Amino acid sequence: MWRYIGRKLVIYLLTFVIAVTINWMIPRFMPGDPVRSMLSRASVSDPQALERMNAYYNEVFGFDTPLHQQYLSFWGGLLRGDLGVSIMLYPEPVTDVIMRSVPYTLAVLLPAILISWVVGNRFGAFAARSKVLDNTILPVGYVLTATPYMWLALLLAWALGVVAGVFPVAGGYSYALRPEFSWVFVSDLISHWFLPFLSMFVVALGGWAIGMRNMIIYELEADYSNYLQALGAPRRLIRRYAFRNAMLPQITGLAVQLGTIIAGALLTEIVFNYPGLGTLILDSLNNRDFFLLQGIFLFVVVGVLIANFVIDIVYVLIDPRTRVQMTGGAA
Amino acid sequence: MTDVAGAPGADSAAPAPEPAAERRRSETLHFARRNPKLLIGSGIVLTLLLIGLIGPFFIDHDPNEYVGPQSQPPNGEYWLGTTSFGQDIWAQFVHGLRSTFLIGVFGGGVAFVIGTAVGFLAGYKGGWVDEVLNMITNVVLVLPALVVLIVAVAYLDARGVLVQGVFIGLTSWPWAARAVRSQTLSLATRDFVDLARLSGRRTWRIITAEVAPNMSSYLVMTFILLFGGSILIAAGLDFIGLGPTNGVSLGLMLENAVAWSALQLGLWWWFIPPGLGITVIVGSLYILNVGLDEVFNPKLREL
Repeated sequence: MWRYIGRKLVIYLLTFVIAVTINWMIPRFMPGDPVRSMLSRASVSDPQALERMNAYYNEVFGFDTPLHQQYLSFWGGLLRGDLGVSIMLYPEPVTDVIMRSVPYTLAVLLPAILISWVVGNRFGAFAARSKVLDNTILPVGYVLTATPYMWLALLLAWALGVVAGVFPVAGGYSYALRPEFSWVFVSDLISHWFLPFLSMFVVALGGWAIGMRNMIIYELEADYSNYLQALGAPRRLIRRYAFRNAMLPQITGLAVQLGTIIAGALLTEIVFNYPGLGTLILDSLNNRDFFLLQGIFLFVVVGVLIANFVIDIVYVLIDPRTRVQMTGGAA
Repeated sequence: MTDVAGAPGADSAAPAPEPAAERRRSETLHFARRNPKLLIGSGIVLTLLLIGLIGPFFIDHDPNEYVGPQSQPPNGEYWLGTTSFGQDIWAQFVHGLRSTFLIGVFGGGVAFVIGTAVGFLAGYKGGWVDEVLNMITNVVLVLPALVVLIVAVAYLDARGVLVQGVFIGLTSWPWAARAVRSQTLSLATRDFVDLARLSGRRTWRIITAEVAPNMSSYLVMTFILLFGGSILIAAGLDFIGLGPTNGVSLGLMLENAVAWSALQLGLWWWFIPPGLGITVIVGSLYILNVGLDEVFNPKLREL
């Protein structure tokens, strides 16, 4: 088990180093001059101010020092938790700006991932091998996985928000309210949270249902299922065994799908103007705030790595075979 | 193809595979013609492809031109209505379909080439090559593709469909590499591959002539999934505002609709068609893929 976790840790560490390196390389090696592009956005006409800003940016990026030194100082700043200063919300540090948005993103993301995973698996297991359900749920599931996250979000916002007027369609809470711990504010927060959550949940649902359905069919053809059937075991019992076996690939699937789902959450947030990381990305792009953009990138990567690691540990806890390898038994 | 093992009569073995292969092909066709999922899926995809290919020739104005009255709901003259600037949504949709298929081909193509090359090499060579390639695959797999793309593409001044496709391809190949690798692993130990190796063929020749043809159906399905995946990623990028500069695409239409508050103004004809187009294309691709799976995989046929 420790070897397994150790191997995974090495990969995650490597991924982190590569992500940081990409982050460092992009502004330096991409065609085009980021400093000039930021300056042109600022549209300063005074040549003296322009000169000074140019010098400032060159110093911040450290363009006047040799490359390897730039790289090392980039890491140094990173390890001190210093991601630079936001241009859009000058002079707030990037870390603070991001930290303010993270709770909103997590509030939408975590419940959507977990609940869609559980419900999708149930649906899929239920649909497998029953002709009518299979022919209805399967196409619906495929269409759902093919739906772009932002489009379903738009549809829901339009149908439930604009036409029916049941839910608010923009923001994290009403502008008339001040953040406080009261019933009015919390209920307002939840009603703003519901639509982004719902649209994430619905899109993610289809993929899990399809995956589970395919796995169950595979498991029902395995020897142990046939054996149980030959013994005359009840259908429910065989199904339950198949379900537990089919669960394992679905957990790995969760790790693989994580990047797509997070991307979906970012897009969904933009539709609802929800104050999470997605909206922050859009704002930083519109304001050419590259420090903020790169800070968000690192945050998301670290988040994905942590989530992957948690999933790995859960996998070890659930699947006894990974533990057996540790003690060297049952070769 | 797998029964090359009957090596003794080398000259009699040569003509034998031909009718067998022919029979297999006609058998595949037999099942393909009777598979509703395959027929419906490919029918829809081909229809939309035709609209995207031919449609733009029947529209004599630029899709971004302000041609008509503003905010018109769908009517006889403007089939899908107009935007709040008076742009013809049908014209945008048709051009958008074309660029959607283009990005699918580019993005999916680049990802397919990288993914299969890495997968074949890792699976066939084994040893340290496998270790290194596997490591790279795992690293790229963990990185969230869209977020990497956002940061990378944000620095580009001018963006085209081609560049977007290459970038999407560079980030979305890992799962394909994994899938191809595991298939190659099981094929690489077969007798006919050993035989080819003994006869002194080059590695690349063995992979293209012995290994790949035996998993061709699998490769086709991998490409279709990559194709659909890169359409979705491109739509996401376009929606954030990192789409092709001055271009038209279904994702850009969605971005514009949201940016000019079509939602609040109730201009549903502005944001429903582009999203529906993407969903229908990718959804039909997935269903077509299931159909293909049932055609190629005899185990699934009885279902």
